[in-house]
Amino acid sequence: MGKVTAKSPIAVRVAALAICAGVGALLARAVLAIPETEPGLAPLVDANLAVSGVKNAVTAVLLNFRGYDTLLEIAVLVLATIGVLSLSVTQTGTWDPIAAQADPVLSALARFLAPVMILVSGYLLWAGEHAPGGAFQAGSVLGAAGVLLALSGYARPIWVSRFALRAAISVGFVVFLATAIGEMLAGGLLLEYPADLAKTLMLVVETWLTVSIGAILISLFIASASPAEELRRRSGGGE
Amino acid sequence: MSQTDLYTLVGSALFVIGLYALMTRPHLLHKVLALNISSSGVFFVLVGIARRVGGPVPDPLPHAMVLTGIVVTVSSTAFALALAKRIYTETGTAALDAADVDVGESLGG
Repeated sequence: MGKVTAKSPIAVRVAALAICAGVGALLARAVLAIPETEPGLAPLVDANLAVSGVKNAVTAVLLNFRGYDTLLEIAVLVLATIGVLSLSVTQTGTWDPIAAQADPVLSALARFLAPVMILVSGYLLWAGEHAPGGAFQAGSVLGAAGVLLALSGYARPIWVSRFALRAAISVGFVVFLATAIGEMLAGGLLLEYPADLAKTLMLVVETWLTVSIGAILISLFIASASPAEELRRRSGGGE
Repeated sequence: MSQTDLYTLVGSALFVIGLYALMTRPHLLHKVLALNISSSGVFFVLVGIARRVGGPVPDPLPHAMVLTGIVVTVSSTAFALALAKRIYTETGTAALDAADVDVGESLGG
């Protein structure tokens, strides 16, 4: 067992403390200089909410007004997943069970909880239209259900091939990008939804985003979860 | 001191705490944790700023930015952890400066 609380030399720590004190003072000055009340962009969002296709302002900002951010965000997620899957020495990205001998109580509980979590995920996806919720929250619950199942010893279902898992990881980004380009070809701007189709298109994009985010979170967890010792043994890493 | 001031000051403090740990801790796992604490500080500031509009409903734009930020933090954390684990697999240590930390320091347990 090594020293867990290893620290840097005293000189480094003093220098770091000085830098942090300086940055902290600047930050405090900056945040205190922020005006106390400020309408921000909220009035603009409120004024355009009617044409956005949804009733929840945060969803409208994410999927419509600032759709470009969200498109790039899902791209970042897919890229990170590709990176993590490429870095894992074993092929654990394929959703092997982590717990070889799972606790029977945990297994029974997971069998009971997983369907409920999938239901909650569907509810959050639908609720995002008018209340807090949406693709990212729904995808997180879906991912959590998958992590729970993997920890309880349930392997990747046989009908989910490695190709299918990779397709699920990328489908959200592909659908989002196709929608964005489709809007452009239909005569609008990139990510400019036609007003009458806005709700339908956003729901389609959000549904596939949910599937992707769930698959991404499960893959990120599984690929990082196998014990490091086992990885070293398999790859023959140097001592 | 207003509510916004409190949130933004606490957020700044969290950011600086994370920054200090990022610079001084050689262990990669500590650095990843430090980055997460720093980003939590940024989210605090954004959520604090969102309350400035007054009224019952906060500004949705900073909230959307925090949502985006959380997702990006999750994915960057996962990638950083994968890199750290690969470094441990290849070199037998998960610290940047091997002289500071004993070889074989536990990453996983």
